[in-house]
Amino acid sequence: MLLRLGAIGAVALASAAAFAYVGGWLTPRRLTQASIMDAFAQVNGVHRGFRRNHAKGICVSGWFDSTGGATLLSKSEILESGHVPVIGRFALSGGLPMQADTVSAVRSLALRFLEPDGQEWRTGMNDIPVFPVNSAQAFYEQLLASKPDLATGKPDPKAMQAFLARHPESVRALALIKSRTIMPGFADSTFNSLDAFRFVDVGGRSTPVRWSAVPPDAPAADAAAPPQGSDENYLFDDLIARIRQRPLRFRLMITVGQAQDPTGDATLPWPADRAQIDAGTVTLDTISSEDGGPCEDVNFDPLVLPSGIEPSDDPLLSARSAAYARSFTLRAGEKRGKAPSAISPQDVRAKGGT
Amino acid sequence: MSATHQKFTAGSRLLHWTMAMMVLAMLFIGVGMAATVSKRYAFLVSIHKPLGIAILVLVTVRFLNRLFNPPPPLPADLPVWQQLAAKGSHYLLYGLMFVMPLIGWAMLSAAPYPVVLFGSVQLPAILPQDAPLYALLRHAHTYLAYLFFATFLAHLSAALFHGLIRRDGVLQSMASWRIEEARNGK
Repeated sequence: MLLRLGAIGAVALASAAAFAYVGGWLTPRRLTQASIMDAFAQVNGVHRGFRRNHAKGICVSGWFDSTGGATLLSKSEILESGHVPVIGRFALSGGLPMQADTVSAVRSLALRFLEPDGQEWRTGMNDIPVFPVNSAQAFYEQLLASKPDLATGKPDPKAMQAFLARHPESVRALALIKSRTIMPGFADSTFNSLDAFRFVDVGGRSTPVRWSAVPPDAPAADAAAPPQGSDENYLFDDLIARIRQRPLRFRLMITVGQAQDPTGDATLPWPADRAQIDAGTVTLDTISSEDGGPCEDVNFDPLVLPSGIEPSDDPLLSARSAAYARSFTLRAGEKRGKAPSAISPQDVRAKGGT
Repeated sequence: MSATHQKFTAGSRLLHWTMAMMVLAMLFIGVGMAATVSKRYAFLVSIHKPLGIAILVLVTVRFLNRLFNPPPPLPADLPVWQQLAAKGSHYLLYGLMFVMPLIGWAMLSAAPYPVVLFGSVQLPAILPQDAPLYALLRHAHTYLAYLFFATFLAHLSAALFHGLIRRDGVLQSMASWRIEEARNGK
């Protein structure tokens, strides 16, 4: 009797232990959504209601006119020649929503293409040629290595050196990132998907691709310094003024990879001679503060993809999707207590946006 | 008593065991995908959504089946509190099988995320976009999953208690593999 009762208890306990193991409670060192959020909180503090990364941003909207040029590789309806609405967001990387604009801060453009049938394509792109890390673990380590020291308020250089010693791929990637041409503003920058994806055509043929949003007439000049007398929002102020002047345009360029090109490592560039397809033009004619703006509650999850675009074997895609989802859940729950964004609706109106 | 105890119909047993596997898989997939940033995350999410909708469809079938094929009565000598616990936990399990997929669907709608089952097969949104409501539903989804797993553990332990301690035929009424036995009890 006791033995049989014990057996029942053992079955229940083993089941509970298996559940706890899968849920990560027995492996506190496993990298989870919670550990990534915790690292962001350690580095930036908690800014309730804001995105945990790319926290300072602004909403844009407009449309995408497809050339149909990419339908050779993908069956996605968004890429068939036609016109779909687009919601976007320009932002600076980093988890500080009030950070001052700087020349070297990484700029991002996230886009959400909406098909009439409800399918969507969401993508977050950056103005750097490659990503600084190639795994979630390295992302986490790099983030913690950039944590400001309590005494000096600056990151401990030794921590970053130790990180780089362990990650030679990041050393190579950071050299490419540092040597990039920095454009004067958001409107002149080229934004790259960094992660590889796969286009799948009607016949099921799968092609590795990366994509970029390229301004049609970028100035050749490098912006070594912010313009004279510029304030802490100069990049965003310039963007508002530019869109007010005339709609911004970006060409959506698809870089077609070859079988030997690395798809699973975002620190590695592809050879410069890869074929590029002009898939169409994104036109952004409306700009608004993130507070109440159309991008405010959009999680630009890189795995929200339409049929015809699939993830590659890049491990960052899963990591980004998982972490973005958690960040979105946190900020969605904090929305009622959120402080105004750096660029408020009043700021946009004062600069002549909508 | 155990020899004459009625059994669930073969259809009811098939539904029970199919759904038991699906629900258990779902709970483990769910708790696992919420605690990893590895490549498994995307894979697990892609199973979680269609499996959840399949459970929603099957629990509807199962509920209708239960109306037409009521479960055999519990042994008359079962203490009242155990009768109540059995009934209550069964209501709870049915409720969670309905509510969990609906909350999942509703929270994706409120986020909004497209509710992709596979390829281009997609479900419509059942709620308008509402971020705070999304957050509420997302948390409810987690805590109800814990409640679901706890109820499963109680259900499993009770089934084993009937089978190993009381030996009253209750476990056999669901755990029998023999189709013809379903009629023998009648």
